[in-house]
Amino acid sequence: MKKELTIFDKPENVRRLLIGFFIALVLVLVAEAFVDMHGEFHVEHFYGFYAVYGFISYVTLIFVAKALRKILMRREDYYDN
Amino acid sequence: MTTNLLFPPPALLLIFGALLIPFMRGTTKRMYMLFLPGMVFLCLMALPLGNHWVIHFNGFDLILGRMDKLARIFSIIFTIMAFLGVLFALKVEDNLQNVSGLVYAGATLGVVMAGDLLSLYLFWEIMAIASTFLVIAPRTTEARQAGFRYLMVHLAGGLCLLAGIIFYIHTNGTTTFDYIGLSDTASWFIFIGVALNAAAIPMHAWLPDAYPMGTPTSTVFLSAFTTKSAVYLLIRTFPGTELLIVIGALMVSIPIFYAVLENDIRRVLSYSLMNQVGFMLVGVGIGTELALNGAVAHAFCHIIYKALLFMAAGSVLQMTGKIKCTEIGGLYKTMPLTCLFCMVGAASISAFPFFSGFVSKSMIVSASAQEKIFLIWLVLQFASTGVVDHAGIKVPFFTFFGHDSGIRAKEPPLNMLLAMGIAAFLCVGLGVYYQPLYNLLPYTVNYVPYTGAHVVTQLQLLLFGAFAFCLLIRSGYYVPEIRSRNLDADWFYRKGAKLVYRGLDKGLNGLNKNTEGILIGSVKAVAAAFRKATISTTMFFAVNLWLIQGHRGTRLDYKKERLYNDIINGTMPIGIGAAIAISFICLVFVMN
Repeated sequence: MKKELTIFDKPENVRRLLIGFFIALVLVLVAEAFVDMHGEFHVEHFYGFYAVYGFISYVTLIFVAKALRKILMRREDYYDN
Repeated sequence: MTTNLLFPPPALLLIFGALLIPFMRGTTKRMYMLFLPGMVFLCLMALPLGNHWVIHFNGFDLILGRMDKLARIFSIIFTIMAFLGVLFALKVEDNLQNVSGLVYAGATLGVVMAGDLLSLYLFWEIMAIASTFLVIAPRTTEARQAGFRYLMVHLAGGLCLLAGIIFYIHTNGTTTFDYIGLSDTASWFIFIGVALNAAAIPMHAWLPDAYPMGTPTSTVFLSAFTTKSAVYLLIRTFPGTELLIVIGALMVSIPIFYAVLENDIRRVLSYSLMNQVGFMLVGVGIGTELALNGAVAHAFCHIIYKALLFMAAGSVLQMTGKIKCTEIGGLYKTMPLTCLFCMVGAASISAFPFFSGFVSKSMIVSASAQEKIFLIWLVLQFASTGVVDHAGIKVPFFTFFGHDSGIRAKEPPLNMLLAMGIAAFLCVGLGVYYQPLYNLLPYTVNYVPYTGAHVVTQLQLLLFGAFAFCLLIRSGYYVPEIRSRNLDADWFYRKGAKLVYRGLDKGLNGLNKNTEGILIGSVKAVAAAFRKATISTTMFFAVNLWLIQGHRGTRLDYKKERLYNDIINGTMPIGIGAAIAISFICLVFVMN
């Protein structure tokens, strides 16, 4: 049997990954200042609109889905006779 | 231009070629299965634009080889997909799957290249039947039932299409078709029949119902052909239909909520498939050259990365026997390559820059912006973030990372890794070197995907979505994995139909019972009264006759009893009957 990968078992590796990710977040926010934005809609000209919209969309999606689960969820064998 | 070439139509080459598979064994069989789509690919390359294989049939033209730019790009991607699907399923020793997979792919090519409605319908139905065999391929009760529902829905859709075709031929006097557009009855029937195959809401439930039922390999085939051939037909026949924008917007948004909740990874991917087809339908609905190019390009890229994701899920299912979020996790430790390929698929479907989804989806989103459809544009951006959640993060995260399930499964066999590797290579290749794809599109492309603004805004959208995921999962607010079933529109024919059936059972059978009671009761009463009346009348005449003849006492009682028994048992001598009848007639005569 081949050796297992255990890279993410070490908390410091996960931490490094997260730090890298946060740096990337800051970079894409800063990068907006240096590119030529050519949006068709007014809202696109707000600085960081996409970042905010992405974040809000995601949170909305998760919370609405959790609320929907109350209505939609059934037991796994719901359709079994 | 009408020509008949040296080789048969690609569709027939695949369909009839596939029928020979059961007669082969071992390596020959495998080589042959790979050779078929390869051969078809060469044929397609050699095929000039124009109408080929035109057959005159009963006053109509059957065109088996309409080749224009739209048909060419779709037939190319379907052939590539057939090859990848066969390669992935190369070790499957099941003739049913081997044959029906290629027949299915062949029929799809037939649909794409059909220049007339009759051959279109023929191939359409072959697709429905061949794909049903792929759904029932695991041969479990669950799969068989899902396959039955799948077939019923598609036959209903097929009938709708057929009705539309008949109306169409009746109105237009021709079987050839191109742009149809929503106008008369015929076009509505055709539209509904085609939209059903595109899993358009509300006719979508068959997809997340049936696709997760297939074998690890058959679902890969299923994911590619039915919906995208329907998208192809919608692009050809209903471009610019505004209804499609609405349907598309519903499809990009509603399934992502289901994808968030769903526990079965392949069902998550099925909902995600609907979401991606939604993007295409919005493109078709907008109908500008950019939007249609975007829909075609997105179908092309989508087929590859969706197949890649289903292959990764299939590999996990094959190697662990499990595919539910609650049962798997931490698989990157022993399946790093599968994990890597899955993440390439995830990045592509999330439309990360330098992956294939980026160069195609951005065309549709940009088209909606150019047409100033603000609300749709917002919905598309929202849905893009939704894709990051379910396909970009949920599928790889809960499968390969997340909680360690303790499962230490090996990598899948080489052919499966190779199929995933090629698909992953294409995903990255199309994302970086997209010009060949753009050259194949039906309209001239004046679109540049990699502008600073595109890349930065897309990265902001995706990364801040992922950031939200990090915060939610760390704080425990993320949707917990639960073994469950979520209600969808299939409820109406799975539970709803049962309720209706039960209602009808109680209602109609009750009615039946009551009616029967009343009817039989009254008939019985009438019959009994009639019988009694006959007996008394007969006895009356007979006794009077005997009294006149002078019978008295025991003799009379004896005669009375014998006659009574004779009438009851039906053994009355004919003479007496005749005598009674005659005396009755005499009486009537006298009384008159």
